[in-house]
Amino acid sequence: MIGRLRKPRRRGRKKILAISSGGGHWIELMRLRPAFEGHDVVYVTVSDTYRSHVQGAKLRVVPDVTRWDRVGLVKCAARVLGVLLAERPDVVISTGALPGFFGVVLGKSLGCRTIWVDSIANVEELSMSGAKVGPFADLWLTQWRELERAGGPEYAGAIL
Amino acid sequence: MIFVTVGAQMPFDRMVKAVDEWAAARKRADVFAQIGPADYVPQHVKWTRFLEPDDFLARYREARVIVAHAGTGSILQALELGKPILVMPRRAALRETRNDHQVATAERFQSLGRVPVAWDAGDLAQALDRIDGLSSEKTLGPHASPELIARLRRFLDE
Repeated sequence: MIGRLRKPRRRGRKKILAISSGGGHWIELMRLRPAFEGHDVVYVTVSDTYRSHVQGAKLRVVPDVTRWDRVGLVKCAARVLGVLLAERPDVVISTGALPGFFGVVLGKSLGCRTIWVDSIANVEELSMSGAKVGPFADLWLTQWRELERAGGPEYAGAIL
Repeated sequence: MIFVTVGAQMPFDRMVKAVDEWAAARKRADVFAQIGPADYVPQHVKWTRFLEPDDFLARYREARVIVAHAGTGSILQALELGKPILVMPRRAALRETRNDHQVATAERFQSLGRVPVAWDAGDLAQALDRIDGLSSEKTLGPHASPELIARLRRFLDE
């Protein structure tokens, strides 16, 4: 288990792996940043060009992938696993899409606590990743009150 | 300058063509379009296929108004910068996207009173005729709602 490998941290200070693909998912992740204050954050996304967004914080890059690219899916998952093993975070948080899905699913199986914030773009139904990620997310959030349900995602406000 | 963007992932020729034809008809030289992996290449407006995030942000900052597909990132960045934005949603039935999430997103932002929506190319041409009068909504703060931030902090502190 990853937890046993961790160096003890200063009381209350957690190491957070914040992971998403590019574009809207990344913009949504950036809007969550105040939640991370007082913790150590490692950002993971699909392009090095987002480095300027995270002012000096650590940024790691994994390959982007679509769900139709089987080889890409395996490569992406493997890279995300590598990042998890290298960073050993306490918490993994994602706003989607596939790289984030792998981050939460693999993170959970390695003993991290996990958060999935489903994209605001999924108004009528949860994203495909969101619907599948539920069992692996310790905190599973939707940004639309009407999508909240018992045993499903919780609504606790939006990134707006 | 009117900055047009369709994101990087898929073509959105229907929108690019509508903007291009409008610019030709109205003799507008102040349009710049980011067209992605498009098949249709504009004849009457300046364009590029892709922009790195920093260049994209610079274009947003310079623009007086944004015309975009109804992608979350495009909309949020415009609202954060206080730029007026007009959106046209991609349609799944036309193979412009995987599902109709952009239609739902557009409806939602429209109902919040934040973003005018053109539902088709005809709509877009009409909306573009009024675009010089489109003014900026109040700027959206850079962060998520306090409620959401508090919920995340509570979880992180457990």
